[in-house]
Amino acid sequence: MDFRRYGIREEEYLAAREALGREPNECELRILGVMWSEHCSYKSTKHLLKLFPNKGDKVVLGPGENAGIVDLGDGLGAAFKVESHNHPSAVAPYQGAATGVGGIIRDILALGARPVASMDGLFFGAPGHGKTAMLSSGIVRGVGDYGNAVGVPTVGGKTVYDPSYNENPLLNAFNLGLVRLDEIVSSQTAKPGQLVVLLGSKTGRDGIAGAAFASVELSDDAKADRPSIQIGDPFAEKLLIEACLELQAKRLIVSMQDMGAAGITSSSSEVAAKSGVGMVLAFDKVPLRAADMEPWEIALSESQERMLLIVEPRHLEEVMAVAERWELDCAVIGETTEGDGYSILFHGEEVASFPASLVGDGCPPIHWPARKPDNLEKGWELDVETLPLPEDWNETLLSLLSEPSLASKEWIYDQYDSMVQTNTVRGPGHPVSVLRIKGRETLVAMVLDADPWKCALDPFRGGAEAVARTVRALAVAGAEPLGLTDCLNFPSPENPEQYWVMMECIKGMAACCEALQCPVVSGNVSLYNESAAGAILPTPVIGTVGVIPSVGQFLPSGRWHDGDVLFQVGPCIPSLAGSQYLLMREGRNRGRPLEFLPDVEAGFVRRALKTARDGVASSGRAVAGGGLAVAIAREATESGLGAVVSFEIPTRRDVLLFGEGGARALYSVPMAKVPLFKSLWRGFPLLELGRVQGAELEINGVISVPVDTLPSPRRIR
Amino acid sequence: MKTAVIIFPGSNCDQDVLYAVRNTLGTEVRAVWHGEREIPDGTDLVILPGGFSYGDYLRCGAMAARSPVMQAVIDHGRRGGLLLGICNGFQVLTETRLLPGALLTNRIPAFICRPCLLRVESTATPFTSMYAEGQVVQFPIAHADGRYTLPDDELKALEDRGGVVFRYCDGAGNVTEESNPNGAMNGIAGIVNEGGNILGLMPHPERASEAILGGVDGCAFWRSIFSTLQERRV
Amino acid sequence: MTAWHVHVYIQLKDGVLDTQGKAVERSLHSLGHDSLQAVKIGKYVQLWINADSEQSARQQAVRMCDDLLVNGIIEQFSVEVEGE
Repeated sequence: MDFRRYGIREEEYLAAREALGREPNECELRILGVMWSEHCSYKSTKHLLKLFPNKGDKVVLGPGENAGIVDLGDGLGAAFKVESHNHPSAVAPYQGAATGVGGIIRDILALGARPVASMDGLFFGAPGHGKTAMLSSGIVRGVGDYGNAVGVPTVGGKTVYDPSYNENPLLNAFNLGLVRLDEIVSSQTAKPGQLVVLLGSKTGRDGIAGAAFASVELSDDAKADRPSIQIGDPFAEKLLIEACLELQAKRLIVSMQDMGAAGITSSSSEVAAKSGVGMVLAFDKVPLRAADMEPWEIALSESQERMLLIVEPRHLEEVMAVAERWELDCAVIGETTEGDGYSILFHGEEVASFPASLVGDGCPPIHWPARKPDNLEKGWELDVETLPLPEDWNETLLSLLSEPSLASKEWIYDQYDSMVQTNTVRGPGHPVSVLRIKGRETLVAMVLDADPWKCALDPFRGGAEAVARTVRALAVAGAEPLGLTDCLNFPSPENPEQYWVMMECIKGMAACCEALQCPVVSGNVSLYNESAAGAILPTPVIGTVGVIPSVGQFLPSGRWHDGDVLFQVGPCIPSLAGSQYLLMREGRNRGRPLEFLPDVEAGFVRRALKTARDGVASSGRAVAGGGLAVAIAREATESGLGAVVSFEIPTRRDVLLFGEGGARALYSVPMAKVPLFKSLWRGFPLLELGRVQGAELEINGVISVPVDTLPSPRRIR
Repeated sequence: MKTAVIIFPGSNCDQDVLYAVRNTLGTEVRAVWHGEREIPDGTDLVILPGGFSYGDYLRCGAMAARSPVMQAVIDHGRRGGLLLGICNGFQVLTETRLLPGALLTNRIPAFICRPCLLRVESTATPFTSMYAEGQVVQFPIAHADGRYTLPDDELKALEDRGGVVFRYCDGAGNVTEESNPNGAMNGIAGIVNEGGNILGLMPHPERASEAILGGVDGCAFWRSIFSTLQERRV
Repeated sequence: MTAWHVHVYIQLKDGVLDTQGKAVERSLHSLGHDSLQAVKIGKYVQLWINADSEQSARQQAVRMCDDLLVNGIIEQFSVEVEGE
């Protein structure tokens, strides 16, 4: 049997043969080839993902479901997940990005949650590179057109430019939904004798074997692979959302699963395996868009905007009526049975038959060899004393603010409807995105972030820093972090050095999650992000969700008041390693990022939360990309006020102003509240920077610029 | 005051406008499915909400304008009932010809979502009576097809009869090229019919009706409608 | 009754600014297509209609244009009919 043709490794073939007790047939091999691809099976990372803490007081649903759910209080949960759509977006940017957004929305919907907010992680090549303009504009339009039409606001995101993404841009789509905890729909509750129903669009040839496509490196002839790109229809998705939520409200469904990668097979076998039931499907009952499809094509089609429902026979009529009202196709394609047999019939003939658990869980894991990169330590060499100081500090600050990864992303988020559903308290362009929940005091806050440069230099520290950045931003805003989702974007795991880097990143992230008691509740892995031109930077993307008890306890950014006292909290010696400043000046990434200090991070989060809740500051912002100088400049421009900043520090000014990393934040505190602020931060490094005043930004006599000449997001009033 | 919000397949601001009316006025609001043949008895105000009815396929609002419920909506408007189209709803109203003109793809052909400043051109409508003439208000826009266009002679007729209700402007109330986000003729953001009872506008007052969302300039819009209807009753 | 294949071409009227056409025109120019004079983007709709005659098929197609397919304020159209 030529199993390699279907992307199956020898040990996988042997495992399948043993489980079946016979030779798998062609249809079965095709199905296993997709279901056991990296994208669907996580065979290279499954054991690494176990390193993440996934339990906590607020975790309602952890990894393994369509998305994680955390408890927002008062019987309400937030379901959220981030997922990659990198390979499709690289070859068909508009459609790839659009269907990425559609897919993650259905993941949230599958839990019975109403999708209320999206964020996007965009990683583009160098702005001047040939493909970047086409790829970035296509991806942004794809995200926008889909999200806008489907009526889910895009409230935030992260955009990074680096040459490593030239040929292999990344699109990570995050979605969050709200669900009453007593109304969560599970994929584990099917019982024998129930109907398997397909709801939504018809099944066509699009996207066949897309999951397998996402599990290999992009080749130069990737264009030839284009037929496997799915086409998104946000109009159908909007109808699907409303129909599914109506079915759920009327309690007409037992279980629900979205159809993402590997289509019907993946969704149905997952329900069967998780619920511990068998399933018989008749593929001739599937509504088709192309008449002459083969069973394996139907099994693996990634046609969009479809959901798999498990329905009690007595509810079928009502389910059909709801589908008709929303003008969606709806068909019974099979039923659940006793036992764990999963079989596919086509015109009465059995074309495939497995134990249900084999498809989802049977793939033997792969432990790739790991080796610390030979040149890792060499990359750490950075003698700050040999770096010349900027000649013109004003110019340096202005250039830094104009660096593509730091500059305003207005051109992107203006194309996104960030306000539909009228819950957006803080939308894109702010350090955290904040939503209100109608009828409640509680606000939900969320951040999506990444720091691939530091992950490349020291994956453990970089991984920890990436997680910490999201938690710091939330804490400063007054949001208690409840949990996070991650998208692990890495190159091929088959390269031992790349595998080691991924492993260390995961360990670093896990250490930070542990220290800050912020469990991982969902996630996604995207490997093989490399092309002939090279590998992407290691890019774990973190989406963290927190809760603010009431609007009065939310600390905004960009709200300086005249006469406020400015403070930096946190260690005074950051590092230029992997900083935007050093990247800008040298065009290369070097140095060793700061060590991750669990106790310092935890102490920061505790104090920052109290600062917001006790209302002792007018404005706050965690120090992140571009360092303190960029944080000060952003606060100044958004506030429309200047400041005089002057301080003594035990390090070089460029290091303090432009260095990155560590638990730091910039606060603006009304004079009357300074003693309270200081007592709150007792036991933590605290540096008084100066005062908010005038219309100029003056820093230590080296920077002096009128605030209105700094690049700034548009202000209406 | 009774309000009916029509829901077309693909509408996505229906719940937002329901909420804004209820939250601002505390009055009765009902959702009406596009497949209905009638609107509830005693409806004072019909709202065609924003969104992407029928996916914006073919032309924005074209298919919604021909859906079953629209005959009842048109009759309501012809009888002098208040009829409001926001964003996609404005597109639907032009497609039904209850309002003149058409809404074309933005000058820069992309979706654009941002707060906009508008000058209130007319307070002699049931929708704007509680604003001051020339007042500058801030409502967000969110559309890809908002470039209001109509033939020159009709444009002149519209201007001459004072049918323009909102115009994009800058902070000082000046209508300029820069303050016009989509290239609409004469910076037109919203218009009213000759009878004064049918209004269409691209910006979203329902997104500017609560302080927590960043603006309350839309509240006077709903209150104007409420007070007009109160006066009519007296 | 015969099945007729009708091709409907819809364009923005002359004088109505075609922003998509303009954007594509700029793009093509920037790619070095200097000979390009102008771009107009429209819609192409295919209809399959049962009718006794070509003329009847055409009349039905035109009615469909008036009823829904075309907005006469901004668009113009032309119809081609082909026997199956």
